[in-house]
Amino acid sequence: MNWFVSMAYFLVTIAFIFGLKAMSSPVTARRGIVWAGFAMIAATVVTFFVSDLHNIGLMVLAIVLGGGVAWWSGKTVKMTDMPQMVAIYNGMGGGAAAGIAAIELVRGVDHSAMVSTLMVLGAIIGSVAFSGSCVAFAKLQGLMNKAIRLPQQNSINFFLTLITFGLGLTIGYSDDPSGFGIFLFFVLALALGVVLVLPIGGADMPVVISLLNAFTGLAVGFKGFVLGVPMLIVAGIVVGASGMLLTQLMAKAMNRPIRNIIFTPLSGAAVEGSG
Amino acid sequence: MEGFTALYIFMLAAFTGYEVISRVPVILHTPLMSGSNFVHGVVLVGAMIALGHADPNDPLQLLIGFVAVFLGAANAAGGYIVTERMLGMFKAGGKNKKNEGGAK
Repeated sequence: MNWFVSMAYFLVTIAFIFGLKAMSSPVTARRGIVWAGFAMIAATVVTFFVSDLHNIGLMVLAIVLGGGVAWWSGKTVKMTDMPQMVAIYNGMGGGAAAGIAAIELVRGVDHSAMVSTLMVLGAIIGSVAFSGSCVAFAKLQGLMNKAIRLPQQNSINFFLTLITFGLGLTIGYSDDPSGFGIFLFFVLALALGVVLVLPIGGADMPVVISLLNAFTGLAVGFKGFVLGVPMLIVAGIVVGASGMLLTQLMAKAMNRPIRNIIFTPLSGAAVEGSG
Repeated sequence: MEGFTALYIFMLAAFTGYEVISRVPVILHTPLMSGSNFVHGVVLVGAMIALGHADPNDPLQLLIGFVAVFLGAANAAGGYIVTERMLGMFKAGGKNKKNEGGAK
């Protein structure tokens, strides 16, 4: 990465941190998001100057399409439907993080043990954030009204996590992972996200979205280690940590410990409460 | 990146994230969630780099990369516009606390 890009990324990272700081006070909140917005544009533009990038045309097309669709939907959505939009955009970020891992796995790039582990972790967390957010979106949008609780929910969660992680590590450490293995790994990771969020009622969704938001931040941070981009590491981990704290604060404001929300949902009551 | 340097960066960034928002008032919880959702939209940069390094002759890599960049761009653009609209209400409505989410 050349000097110009690295310097720009460094400044962008600082702008993100100050932006978040500003966003946590009502007086400066608006300023904060505008700073972060300019920083994001700068980061995107500067990325085109990274040396030896191919597929520029495809990249521009994807940015225009993705950005355009999201901009339009965010602009036109009703104010009361905002939370599910936050959920779905967050899920998209998680999906992007998982996609980065998928490319790296398919390319079969050789990484050190630590980076491989972080890549697999990031892939799992990103996929969970993606599918979990999709379920959260469906629930808030009213497409899925029941809180579905599987029998033995907690043991299913536990074993699914274990299997996914084990398979992920096998793929991450192997020199030439099979395509089917990679595919199965992502299917399991996505299923994990669905299983985790399905039993949670609509009233608890904001807390869950905040938790998934923190997850995506972590996944992005891990991708930063994989790609060797410190800006992603710092921005991702800062969001991950602040998201965890925010989740705790939100749960506290609702008088429900997070553990209750995730592991022992008040299925029926919570759903009816959400209206 | 060296193992321990990475670990130190991780730790410092985690403390920063924790400290930066430690005094957020309840009314800003949802906008801040949305704002941090926007900030991790920087994954777009990672997706662009990953797509940029993908093999142009392998359609599978191109497809995954395209989807990743698309999702990343949507995260960034959508996160921005939603946060901006939420915070815009603070300015216009003053005390108009539209803290949504179905939660009380």
